[in-house]
Amino acid sequence: MQNVPNSRGHFGQFGGKYVAETLMPALFELESAYKQARRDPKFRDELAHRSREFVGRPTPLYLCENLTARLGGAKIYLKREDLCHTGAHKVNNTLGQALLAVRMNKSRITAETGAGQHGVATATMAALFRRECEVFMGSVDVERQSLNVFRMKLLGAKVTPVEGGSKSLKDAMNEALRDWIATVRNTYYLIGTTAGPHPYPMIVRDFQSVIGREARRQILKHEGRMPDVLVACVNGGSNAIGLFFPFIKDTGVRMIGVEAAGLGISGPHHAATITTGSVGVLHGNKTYLLQDELGQIRETHSIAAGLDYPGVGPEHSWLKDVGRAEYTSVTDAEALDALKTLSETEGIIPALESAHAVAHAIKLAPQLAKEQIMIVNLSGRGDKDMQTVAKAFGVTV
Amino acid sequence: MASAGRIKRKFRELRARGEAALIPFIVAGDPDMDTTRSLVLELEARGADLIELGVPFSDPMADGPANQRALARGLGAGASLAAILSMVSELRAQTQIPIILFGYFNPIFHYGCERLCADAARAGIDGILTVDLPPEEAGELKRPARANGLDIIYLLAPTTPLDRSRAIARSASGFLYYVSVTGVTGARAHLDAGLGAHMRELRSVTDLPIGVGFGISTPEQAAEVATMADAVVVGSAISLLIEAHIKSGDVREAVGGLVGAMKHAMKAARGAGRAAAAGDCDG
Repeated sequence: MQNVPNSRGHFGQFGGKYVAETLMPALFELESAYKQARRDPKFRDELAHRSREFVGRPTPLYLCENLTARLGGAKIYLKREDLCHTGAHKVNNTLGQALLAVRMNKSRITAETGAGQHGVATATMAALFRRECEVFMGSVDVERQSLNVFRMKLLGAKVTPVEGGSKSLKDAMNEALRDWIATVRNTYYLIGTTAGPHPYPMIVRDFQSVIGREARRQILKHEGRMPDVLVACVNGGSNAIGLFFPFIKDTGVRMIGVEAAGLGISGPHHAATITTGSVGVLHGNKTYLLQDELGQIRETHSIAAGLDYPGVGPEHSWLKDVGRAEYTSVTDAEALDALKTLSETEGIIPALESAHAVAHAIKLAPQLAKEQIMIVNLSGRGDKDMQTVAKAFGVTV
Repeated sequence: MASAGRIKRKFRELRARGEAALIPFIVAGDPDMDTTRSLVLELEARGADLIELGVPFSDPMADGPANQRALARGLGAGASLAAILSMVSELRAQTQIPIILFGYFNPIFHYGCERLCADAARAGIDGILTVDLPPEEAGELKRPARANGLDIIYLLAPTTPLDRSRAIARSASGFLYYVSVTGVTGARAHLDAGLGAHMRELRSVTDLPIGVGFGISTPEQAAEVATMADAVVVGSAISLLIEAHIKSGDVREAVGGLVGAMKHAMKAARGAGRAAAAGDCDG
């Protein structure tokens, strides 16, 4: 496998820096600050220290004995990112980038958020490092994720509802970019997923790769060998790339990304970008997108607010095109079933996003031999989704 | 067939007359294609020198609220690239004013860079400005643009270092577009106080005409910028005027009035500037 991205931020034909000129110098500045930080032992030590003491790493790699026995196939391990501080893998990236913001002397940190997990993880770091914080969030998401809005405000962040377009994650990202165009001199824009212009997809991947590095070490300790299959949910794709990246050169390891099929990929109500989309340019990079025949971006649907974006990280587009990773999709109903199954069999309530990965694992495990090993990234915990899930099951809470 | 340097010729004429160019930006299809067609002719009659036609896009991440709403209206009216090119092609029977497509890269990429450049040149488009396509990524559009005689207009920003401005200028043609504010499109009460100094700095790195846009909304601001730059771009102010006059049906008169007043003020400012300079020499 070649090393990506190249110096211009390209993953094959994907990636790049498709932004307004005002932001170009800021992207060069960020890239150079990041490269220096990466080589600086003090930066690496602080990242490791805070990851351990504040985030709670390493997270366990947990063997699901009950689920494995019930399905009668491959051994299923969960990488427990739901046990990270703030309840999801998002914090791995916000910690790393917040340390960069401090290093670059930026007094203000901004973020876009969909479900609110990245917003909470950013607001957390802004509180810790005493920075001003503003989070952009589609007004529809503000409504349906009111608990996370409250958490962000409690952490001292300003939450700005975005009324444009479909009033969800892509519009929050548009508004965060617009804000950055005006405030670039004092503001660090903390992108939450492996999308956006170079160097963000690379930076987010590198900070999330702690997931795969730990999992690799842990599975060798538990099993004395490499896993056969990795499964993670994909939209922007940060938890998936975090798990996959340290295994990319281990070509015997299958990597499967699971997208949101919503109400079904034959209709318009889904967010299965790689599975059904076409190549285009949005939010600073070239990648697979859900768009119409004129290149206008389509609205998406998923029961998981964190999978409700019409693009995907450029590295995933590249992994798909070179055939190193496979991508499939799971419907809202299948994800809900998986959430229930994991809760009942293992005593773990997954986030709706992570439930997509669990749903595919449940389909795949029985087809594999008992000696085979599967690692599923449990990227977040389900507490935030209880109202949505209750509503889907017809329960009033 | 298109142009062969309609933009270049226009700036040469204006320079000879001692005028700065006025470039109105109107979103194609705002509020419908017939209005856009009649606006192009009206604005030329009122003193516009070039026209920027906004190509609607669902996610205009460098635009403020006024242009966002205008682009949404254009999208609703079906202003696709194909519809825009067909309108320009028809307009070419009536006007030779240079016309620039102004938009985001995805609709162009989706149409196909090669095919778009060939079709645009055939329709009578003179240049393309793509907000989210910096020179680093512009290769796939620039090659066919050049082959078809289309200018690629690049943006320069207040944050662009001088070395980078120099490099961008070297690969540009037509003119350079200086974004006068660190921010998205939209009216501003005051122009950047450092604009004059910045223009002088840019002059030292290029002979191409320099246009200034983003935030210019009044004849007074247009006049002030005309004394420092080769062209003045006005966009959001027009989008707001169109919005305010859709119901009453007098969009043409309203926008024509603003453009006429701007051009008048710009000519007066250049004239006064020359008179003052001449006075200085005498004294």
